[in-house]
Amino acid sequence: MNIWSLLIEALESLSANKMRSGLTMLGIVIGVAAVIAMLGIGTGTEESITSEIESIGTNLLYITSGGDATNPEPLTLADVSAMQNIELAPSVEFTAPIIQGRGDIVIPGESTTANIIGITPDYFNVQNADLAEGMQISQKQLDDFESVVILGSTTAEDLFGYTNQLVGETVRINGEIFKIIGVLEEQGGSHLTNMDEQVLVPLTSAKSRLMKRENPNEVDLIYAQARSADDVPQAEEEVSQILRSRHRSTLGEDDFDIMSTQTFLDMASTVTSTLTLFLGGVAGISLLVGGIGIMNIMLVTVVERTREIGLRKAMGARRSDILIQFLVESSFLSLGGGFIGIALGYMISFFIGQIASGSSITLNPVIQWNSILMATLFSAAVGLFFGIFPANRAASLEPVEALRTD
Amino acid sequence: MSNDWVVEANTLTKTYQMGEIEVHALRGLSMKIERGEVVSIMGPSGSGKSTLMNILGCLDRPSTGDYYLDRENVAYMNENQLAMIRNKKVGFVFQSFNLLPRSTAMSNVELPLRYASMSAGYRHRFAQEALESVGLANRLYHRPNELSGGQQQRVAIARAIVNNPSILMADEPTGNLDSKSGDEIMNLLLNLNKDRGTTLIIVTHDPEIADLTERVIYIRDGKVEMEK
Repeated sequence: MNIWSLLIEALESLSANKMRSGLTMLGIVIGVAAVIAMLGIGTGTEESITSEIESIGTNLLYITSGGDATNPEPLTLADVSAMQNIELAPSVEFTAPIIQGRGDIVIPGESTTANIIGITPDYFNVQNADLAEGMQISQKQLDDFESVVILGSTTAEDLFGYTNQLVGETVRINGEIFKIIGVLEEQGGSHLTNMDEQVLVPLTSAKSRLMKRENPNEVDLIYAQARSADDVPQAEEEVSQILRSRHRSTLGEDDFDIMSTQTFLDMASTVTSTLTLFLGGVAGISLLVGGIGIMNIMLVTVVERTREIGLRKAMGARRSDILIQFLVESSFLSLGGGFIGIALGYMISFFIGQIASGSSITLNPVIQWNSILMATLFSAAVGLFFGIFPANRAASLEPVEALRTD
Repeated sequence: MSNDWVVEANTLTKTYQMGEIEVHALRGLSMKIERGEVVSIMGPSGSGKSTLMNILGCLDRPSTGDYYLDRENVAYMNENQLAMIRNKKVGFVFQSFNLLPRSTAMSNVELPLRYASMSAGYRHRFAQEALESVGLANRLYHRPNELSGGQQQRVAIARAIVNNPSILMADEPTGNLDSKSGDEIMNLLLNLNKDRGTTLIIVTHDPEIADLTERVIYIRDGKVEMEK
């Protein structure tokens, strides 16, 4: 028997019972579609989270007070100055301390709440904070405790209803008058920390007028940017040394935390790949159920076609001829179902991506070639695996017995 | 002068195990059939007639004894060798035609040639010739449900002779046909024997059919009871 006539015969006998073949295939279609869609969504989530984290910049360190110590000493501006010392921290390029808190922003007739962030001019070197209009906060404004503010685009929109030509207007933040000197460009809603809902003020003004801290030099968070991504471990080590010696925690536990973008990336990819694996595994179970459906139908088919098998054997078909014939049929079901399933899974993940972007979540499902390849191979394997038992039963029929049945 | 025996069976026995009981279907049966002969095998049910037919057609092996088909001892062949012998040397015609219902007359007749791995071109030519020789030249691409009973049996006969077998086994070939088509089928088989020299073995319980053949072998209790 050559391959071509095998395929034609398999198609003929499958199309003899279209409804049954279709329903059997449906099991595989659903299984494969689920696997493809889940893997696509999982990988898409992973990629969008990764690219979001990477957009923050991969050579940034986040230093906060805390650590394992029971009574951590807060971070101060003196710590910042030490990190800015080129001899103590040669791998650190920029250091930007911030303090932050919630506050009410009010103009006559409108009010909103926003994240108020007290910054130094270096903030603009370590964060994506491009201005749609106006200018950055200068060293002079910082030194002079000036009451100036840069609005995030959402905050500006909420207050004024528009985001342009706001420079020169004033707002009240927690009752204090601040002059608008700039508006940030819209960043998009998908960022981990929503930059559009914040307002930037000079660190000095924030401390003196908006947020009281026990220690006047206290800061909430220090950004330290390494000179390059390769310098990140070195910069982390230098910052740790500075803080240990300054906080006299050399012998005890560190009373600070340093996180790098890499830490976030690692955390995120651990979570998302576990998620992807879990989703794929659950979908894989439905593929398995589809395979059992194939086995079931093939067993019924063998019983129904006992006489045909007997006849074929009488005409000289060997055991292997019959075995192959039934394996080709079950593979046809599973591979056919697999291909339809890949297409369906592609569409499902596309629609889910559309729905997600409708609710302003960036999610581009990524259908990788290897998941298509895997789905194809897996469905072929399902067809073969679950086909072997019925096919072997057919091939083992004694011709005399098989011809005798009605 | 040595005879050209196409079938030579010596003291065949066949024992089945039915639960705890041993059933002796054949008890030392011997027979010979010459090439080109037309033989009918008769016997009451339970005589071992079907068992004998299965063994002669290489669908089954005897428990003991030798069976030479075309001078080759097939009694000890394995399953695959038997499949090859059936493919090359035996043609079967069944009472219930046994055509593949979804395939055309043409591809039904091609079936044995496919298992012989013959190329499509030859297959087509031989199948067409076989169908023409049973008078179905204008029904090549009809499916079984578009053919009458007699025509279906003709397709089955074409399928049986397409590989040019040493013996053609016909098991009640007219059993499912009305008497007119039955006569036509018998004439066709006898003519094939005359024209092609195909050895014809007909298993039947119909004395009228047996009367048409040169030799009748009566089987009873697993042995040859008499010949005439």
